[in-house]
Amino acid sequence: MSDGRNAEALGVVADQSSYKWGFSSDIEQDFAPKGLNEDTVRFISKKKNEPAWMLDWRLKAYARWLKMESPDWAKLDLTPIDYQDAYYYAAPKARPTLKSLDELDPEILRTYEKLGIPIEEQKVLAGVEGARKVAVDAVFDSVSVATTFREELKAAGVIFLSISEAVREHPELVRKWLGKVVPQADNYFAALNSAVFSDGTFVYIPEGVRCPMELSTYFRINAANTGQFERTLIIADKGSYVSYLEGCTAPQRDENQLHAAVVELIALDDAEIKYSTVQNWYPGDAEGKGGIYNFVTKRALCQGARSKVSWTQVETGSAITWKYPSCVLSGEESVGEFYSVAVTNNRQQADTGTKMIHLGRNSRSTIVSKGISAGRSNNTYRGLVRVGPTAEDVRNHTQCDSLLLGSDCGAHTVPYIEVRNPSAQIEHEATTSKISEDQLFYAMQRGLAQEDAVALIVNGFCREVLQQLPMEFAVEAQKLLGISLEGSVG
Amino acid sequence: MALLEITDLHAETAGKPILKGLSLSVNAGEIHAIMGPNGAGKSTLGYVLAGRPGYEVTGGSASYDGVDLLAMAPHERAAAGLFLGFQYPVEIPGVSSVQFLRTALNAQRRARGQDELSAGEFLRIARDQAAALGLDFEMLKRPVNVGFSGGEKKRNEMVQMGIIDPRLAILDETDSGLDIDALRTVGDGINRIMRAPNKAVVLITHYQRLLDYVRPDFVHVLAGGRIDRSGGPELAHELEREGYGARAA
Repeated sequence: MSDGRNAEALGVVADQSSYKWGFSSDIEQDFAPKGLNEDTVRFISKKKNEPAWMLDWRLKAYARWLKMESPDWAKLDLTPIDYQDAYYYAAPKARPTLKSLDELDPEILRTYEKLGIPIEEQKVLAGVEGARKVAVDAVFDSVSVATTFREELKAAGVIFLSISEAVREHPELVRKWLGKVVPQADNYFAALNSAVFSDGTFVYIPEGVRCPMELSTYFRINAANTGQFERTLIIADKGSYVSYLEGCTAPQRDENQLHAAVVELIALDDAEIKYSTVQNWYPGDAEGKGGIYNFVTKRALCQGARSKVSWTQVETGSAITWKYPSCVLSGEESVGEFYSVAVTNNRQQADTGTKMIHLGRNSRSTIVSKGISAGRSNNTYRGLVRVGPTAEDVRNHTQCDSLLLGSDCGAHTVPYIEVRNPSAQIEHEATTSKISEDQLFYAMQRGLAQEDAVALIVNGFCREVLQQLPMEFAVEAQKLLGISLEGSVG
Repeated sequence: MALLEITDLHAETAGKPILKGLSLSVNAGEIHAIMGPNGAGKSTLGYVLAGRPGYEVTGGSASYDGVDLLAMAPHERAAAGLFLGFQYPVEIPGVSSVQFLRTALNAQRRARGQDELSAGEFLRIARDQAAALGLDFEMLKRPVNVGFSGGEKKRNEMVQMGIIDPRLAILDETDSGLDIDALRTVGDGINRIMRAPNKAVVLITHYQRLLDYVRPDFVHVLAGGRIDRSGGPELAHELEREGYGARAA
């Protein structure tokens, strides 16, 4: 994986001096011109060296997208996006480069320091000139580590590649599963992603294999350069297990306002996938200007009997977050879980939740959602639990808790429950509370500064979710929660 | 120099004056009991000294170890050695007492320029203190005060005091809600932790009974927002017999 991505990154760097793409101008360039049309799609496919079937698939998605309209049902105040005023393929260097960390927004620098991110890694995250080379070098420096991992994965038969590599090297698997869980025309943003996705990850865990490590833990620097339209496909074959980590706690800036990823997970008989996300995209300034729109489609198909998928997410960034990691529980006795913390501050908006679609007999699902609103933000939980007519003895438990900091923010809970089989047991609990002055004063009297007291209380509120995260991620996520809420009380 | 020197203190909450010229001097090595009728301002005194938001000082001064106490933020007062035992200890769901106290204690230590305690060092202290107060250590692994009985919460306050090891403890009705056995345990705890030449206690209580276990050096009656009367331990017995009302009349 690291090898693949590095090869790609190095390729891009090498291309910059020699590469010519002449369909719009004769200037040497490494990005598709502004705007979206069939040529853009062809450009991306060509750039990725894709086979014809992949290009056809993209073009079909593009044709469908053209006929669709941007949805407006979420509780979000959204400025219309001009899709022709955006770039769809750009080399990573497209981010503005800084001469040194001194030029970085001091707020972000302070956050890096609080998170304890090493200086060199800070430079990469901030896009400091020359730092990219450092990032590549850094991975090269740890090449022995990377090699060990790669060999370990290979020995286990695990395939862990960029999606572009997988299209070339494992076309049979990609063709079989791509778009099976999230069809091209599933929604507006999924269609857009299907047409123009430029980066992403492919994972295949063979039958009976327990993936020997948490995937992506050691590739944080690379993962920080994820594209605007990421595409992830993870297949867990019978009886296999994998834990996949996505994201980064460090605040990430990006010139691309819209991020529309698609993540598809497939679990066959007795397989288990644990998917953890920490999302901290730039939320914009205190007035919400310049922040990222994060419109993601994440869905898992628990196709196999006794298969299990667990989504855990900690969402603190983005100006607007719109995502519903979902499970289609078609296997008998399959299990879907959703554990979520969504924090909104200042002018941030989040409309997030899950869908648990029960089709299999004895399938079970658990939803635990913790929403924290501060500043003048709005935080909505939107969740669907659906039980099909032939799904006997389904069980679901949903717990939605909202915590308010201050009096200018909003918390909303919108549960949809559709049950077509009388044997189902569905439970929904919801609470809304304010962070109490008693708790704050108690913690401060014991020696905590106000912001640390807020962080501690909020972490307690989120504990059920945080304890689902892999250990090292959980520690970072705890720090992140505190930082996200700084200045929100008092 | 007194450890705590309060002079002509005036304070109000929600626009209502509560303390109206309170003066009190507490030296290191002393235990002072403050008694008085409901609504006299006993809890307000504790809150004002600990810096609770919403309680505004409108006049007078309070110094701690020669420093202006009222100019310090609540957590700075804690780090300086001031501990408030709460009348109604607060529940913090999802945060274990171990995590809460270790975080708090290490924050205090950092503020004082001391090294943080390792997990092992902290757990050893926490175990010892829980055992001394007769609180099952397993309870400290549970969320702070959640699901605790009234008596357990008060014992937990004393365990916290033992772990934090303050120089000045203001204990607000620590005896309320305790049965007779617990009262003895808590009283022993206060003596063990706080009876020292460099420490002092301000014991706010309604009843004389705690004073059977923690013998005060001075007893004060707080009424009408000020110290109305002061004396030795015998004053507590007198109040127990005659009440506050008889004298005020």
